[in-house]
Amino acid sequence: MTTMQSLLTIIAVILGTMTTRFLPFLIFPEGKTPPPYIIYLGTVLPYAVIGLLVVYCLKDAFNGGYFALPEIIAILFIVVIHKWKKNTLLSIGAGTILYMILVQTFFVC
Amino acid sequence: MKTKAFKAALPYTMPICVGFLFLGTSYGFLMSSKGFPFVYPMLMSLFIFAGSMEFVTVELLLATFNPIYAFFLALMVNARHLFYGISMLEKYQHTGWKKTYLIYGMCDESFTINYMAMVPTDIDKGWFMFFVTLLNHIYWVVGSTLGALIGKVIHIEATGIEFVMTALFVVMFINQWEDTENHRPALTGVLCSLFCLVLFGNQNFLLPAMVLIILCFSIDQRKKTRS
Repeated sequence: MTTMQSLLTIIAVILGTMTTRFLPFLIFPEGKTPPPYIIYLGTVLPYAVIGLLVVYCLKDAFNGGYFALPEIIAILFIVVIHKWKKNTLLSIGAGTILYMILVQTFFVC
Repeated sequence: MKTKAFKAALPYTMPICVGFLFLGTSYGFLMSSKGFPFVYPMLMSLFIFAGSMEFVTVELLLATFNPIYAFFLALMVNARHLFYGISMLEKYQHTGWKKTYLIYGMCDESFTINYMAMVPTDIDKGWFMFFVTLLNHIYWVVGSTLGALIGKVIHIEATGIEFVMTALFVVMFINQWEDTENHRPALTGVLCSLFCLVLFGNQNFLLPAMVLIILCFSIDQRKKTRS
């Protein structure tokens, strides 16, 4: 990708992000209530999108030589440590470090 | 008036400070390990200011050029902001010129604080929310710039650092899962995505997955309103 293309990609992301932030305020100026369908989507989409993003992160894992084994091990570890300590940053940090150790020592491509 | 609002806002943002410096640093480090100069994560944090989407943008920048797809992906990933906006319609009223910035910087954390915080009556609410948003914005930009600079100086073996994004979403998924009794939306997201991944392959599954998710919810909503 050229620098110009990178720039356009970033601008597209900025526009997409800002659309989601400004749209409600543009459509519903003071005193106007949004229709139930929109409110409903607003309550369920956040849950679904995180699920989508987890799958998105793992999209290439199954094509590797180890059939996603390091990913599966690290995710199980994150689930256990998060259920146990309930500390978001600890879970992310420990999970990432474990994954890095796994792919650098045991599952080298 | 401003100093008072700043002093009230600062303690609310301290946990976010720790979190953003950590996550921002990982993000900057990731960008630098992929060969981007530090201005990329710095400017992206400044202008996009949506953590999860910035991680996804790293992938976009390394893939084939497709800005339309990037736009719709940003819409979908940040769709939750629509809900935040709807919730903040009233709170952001009468904040003058600050309103534009408040909306611009409405990330998950700023929304949560501004939505929940009980601001004492003698403190100007507009300035309070402005400082909460501004401080969070600063933490994030500083964190990601720092991470990118560290990545340039210290050369540690960074293979696997991209997993920080997966870890972030897995933890968010668990937090959301435990937050609610209704697991249908979360399961709809995972199952629709897996279905489309198998059907369309890893390069093309995202857009059909988004369409399928919205379709499922629309059918669900119709059923509910009928019954």
